Amino acid sequence: MSTIQPKVEPVSDELALVQAAKGGDVGAFEELVKRYDRNVFRIAQHITQNREDAEDVVQDAFLKAYSNLKQFQGQSKFYTWLVRIAVNEALMKLRRRRPERTVSLDEEVKTEEDSVPREVADWSPNPEQQYSQAELREILTKTIQGLPASFRTVFVLRDVEGLSTEETAEALELSIPAVKSRLLRARLQLRERLSRFFQKRGESGNGKPILESGDGDL
Amino acid sequence: MKCSEFLQELTNYLDGVIDDRTKSELENHLSWCHNCYVVCDTTKKTIEIYRDSQLYELPEDLRSRLRSAIVSKCQGHKKAGPESV
Repeated sequence: MSTIQPKVEPVSDELALVQAAKGGDVGAFEELVKRYDRNVFRIAQHITQNREDAEDVVQDAFLKAYSNLKQFQGQSKFYTWLVRIAVNEALMKLRRRRPERTVSLDEEVKTEEDSVPREVADWSPNPEQQYSQAELREILTKTIQGLPASFRTVFVLRDVEGLSTEETAEALELSIPAVKSRLLRARLQLRERLSRFFQKRGESGNGKPILESGDGDL
Repeated sequence: MKCSEFLQELTNYLDGVIDDRTKSELENHLSWCHNCYVVCDTTKKTIEIYRDSQLYELPEDLRSRLRSAIVSKCQGHKKAGPESV
């Protein structure tokens, strides 16, 4: 079985852009915005689960990055540093919107779902093709929204955005074992939840399951 | 190797960050344990499906609107240097 390859390639001219932006070259900073705005938007929307908040996070994170560029020492990649700012902005939005719930990346979330599954149903060969684009999008969105914020964020940074374990740890201010443990549980929980939709017909008994509406638990 | 031990190593295995000895133990387990094989295979598919899903793409019109707003705010403070934004 082959391993998962990250999709983000390192960019070599980045430091030159950062240096120019530090010197006040807004055009160079705009290049950095163009390079990463889509990533920041995705991350922000995964965390906040709200489109307007995600738009605000994109603006706030880049402005904060620009105003604090002098503090960026180049020991990490600019992108990792930017993601750290964006995640903090997104978490602030989430806390403001849902003050009744505690949102922390440090909390240990107890779940039963990551114990060894006893009966495992295999998936259809190309499970995503059983659904229309819109249906698939809804399944994937609702499924990931159901994960606790701390798992969701680690999964998105590692597996969707392609950050390394070390970069994810740095961006989230977590230890490497904490990132690995959250990643494993996030992956297993997503797998378990997607199985409802993707398992081979006949093993579940009654065809396509219907999506339930509802909010993700944090 | 027990299934629980396999599961503990699953993330390292999928990410390709394990030593050869552990890898061959895991693959030996996979060769006879159907459940773990399915969990491993479908976890890998889960990751691939999300990675290729293009959830939350930023539409181009919104993208340029956000970028203009960011750039104009940066420019507004350009004379005084980036640290004063």
